[in-house]
Amino acid sequence: MATTEVARPIARTAPTGRRYRRALTHSILPRFVLILFCLIFIAPFYWMVVSSLKSVQEASAFPPTLIPQAWRWQNFIDAINYIPFGLYAINSLVITVGATIGAVLSNTLIAYGFSRIQWPGRNKVFYICVATIFLPYPVVLVALFDIFSKLPSFGIQGGHSWINTFLPLIVPAFFGNPFYIFLMRQFMMGIPKELSDAARVDGASELQTFWHVILPLTRPAVTVIGILAAVAAWNEFLLPLLYLQENDKYPLAIGLAFFTSEHDVAYNLLMAASTLIVLPVVVVFILAQRYFIEGITVGGVKG
Amino acid sequence: MAVAARTTNTAQTARPSRFNLGKIERRNLSWGLFFISPWLIGFLVFGILPIVYTFYLSLTRYSGLRDAVFIGINNYTRLAADPLFWKAATVTLNYTVLAVPIGVVVAMLLAIAMNQKVREVTIYRAIFYLPSILPVFAISFVFVVFLNPGYGLVNWFLSSLGLPSPNWLGDPHYTIMALVLIAQLGAGQWALVFLAGLRGIPTELYESAEIDGAGAVRKFISITLPLMTPVILYDIIIGLSFGLQVFTSAYILTGGGTRGAAGPDNSLLTYVYFIYQQAFQFGQMGYAAALSVVLFVVSLLLAGAVFRWARGWVFYGAEEA
Repeated sequence: MATTEVARPIARTAPTGRRYRRALTHSILPRFVLILFCLIFIAPFYWMVVSSLKSVQEASAFPPTLIPQAWRWQNFIDAINYIPFGLYAINSLVITVGATIGAVLSNTLIAYGFSRIQWPGRNKVFYICVATIFLPYPVVLVALFDIFSKLPSFGIQGGHSWINTFLPLIVPAFFGNPFYIFLMRQFMMGIPKELSDAARVDGASELQTFWHVILPLTRPAVTVIGILAAVAAWNEFLLPLLYLQENDKYPLAIGLAFFTSEHDVAYNLLMAASTLIVLPVVVVFILAQRYFIEGITVGGVKG
Repeated sequence: MAVAARTTNTAQTARPSRFNLGKIERRNLSWGLFFISPWLIGFLVFGILPIVYTFYLSLTRYSGLRDAVFIGINNYTRLAADPLFWKAATVTLNYTVLAVPIGVVVAMLLAIAMNQKVREVTIYRAIFYLPSILPVFAISFVFVVFLNPGYGLVNWFLSSLGLPSPNWLGDPHYTIMALVLIAQLGAGQWALVFLAGLRGIPTELYESAEIDGAGAVRKFISITLPLMTPVILYDIIIGLSFGLQVFTSAYILTGGGTRGAAGPDNSLLTYVYFIYQQAFQFGQMGYAAALSVVLFVVSLLLAGAVFRWARGWVFYGAEEA
């Protein structure tokens, strides 16, 4: 005991220079770099929020003010009234919910077929499925538009065809997405085979095994897919731009463009509306952070 | 025997090796196909069928209203002589050539930063990742304000440092750079993929390198970089595909086509933007289909070329380790 008591202060004082350097390279320098990167990543969003709180004059003043002189919360109310914000929000929500339900239902079923049943040719078909990730979607844009313009909508949303309805934005989600299939398959492969075998011995059909045994165990992966699909649908721009042609069917993504199509652009209101559209995604992220991270690391470890 | 007897009336019995599946196998095959049928149908209806249809449409003159008229390869000779086609191809190529390597470097830098043993690293991780899931259309609108030479933050910052302040969206030399900057807000997602790769590198490798007296730079070049090449390849392939698809940010930075041309000197006329214009603004569906075919072929060729090129530098040895 005595020796250590004596030895400690010596050990502590001797290499102060090295300890200082260690603190610098292991604590101060990394933090400095990390905080610098963070500031760069936050800057556009800081500017979005700050601009959304300025008056029109202040928003277009030169040089710009870094903090609003007077915080105009009124801008958010003005932005909501400038476009039919509520209607567009409902449209966005309907599309998002529809596409999310489709993604969850289809990708769990498909992944089950690719992971829990051993059928001849399975892996080859799966490779084809994954390979389609690499194909740029816009290649089929023109042809798909023409195909959808010939499909009957049976009166849904008053359309003669799928054009100008939500169908092209929702229905394809019910047919799976190779990335989500890959993700869900990875997860289902991790469930012990014995569980399925036991269910089979008990006389369960494949559908019953899927529903009662496997699906309850995949809840984390289902959540990952649900969240990713919902965010993707909320963020989609090109497809609603193509398929929706009437004002009252637009989602928020398209509605936002109305702030710039006028002669003088109300940038403060545009930024206020952008903040409102971004906000739900931020909230979902804060509540479900670990699911996002899980989705990335499972999907990304092996391409 | 019972199985064989039941299938004698079919042609399959003539080729026993491949098609004469056992009872369980056959049961599994039909269940397997049942479960994947949504994807199978979707692949045929939303994948194969439109691709074949695109090839067909590319040989016609078609506005979407009247019947398509077969015109052979006219659309292809037309695009070869169309300066706007070459403009769009150049814009997209310039963008991809800038965005992909910059994206890899930014993702790598972020991943290394996130790999530091700092207690509050999860906060930084969240801040880097969050922008990558925010809607690109909203980010693009924000950048219209953020990059404005008069009231934008970027140019205020540059001029307060005494640096020149470029007219990002008005000067054709800078517009592509603006698109590249917007794309970098998505780097957090890739940084996490890279981080998972970094964490997978065995620490013994670094320890033994340290014993041999290797410094930080040497360790990065000789250990980190080679072991990260599979992840880098993955990023390049996906980045390439996304780079060729870039549309939303370009469309919004030009004011949604409300100002006529796609940015100053058409410098924001990306390839998909060009397809969009031709098909949905000018009703040139046949011509747009030919443009789509070219995009399809170029994407396949580029992906193939990258995979072939990657054989020279991607290191797969770590997988057995």
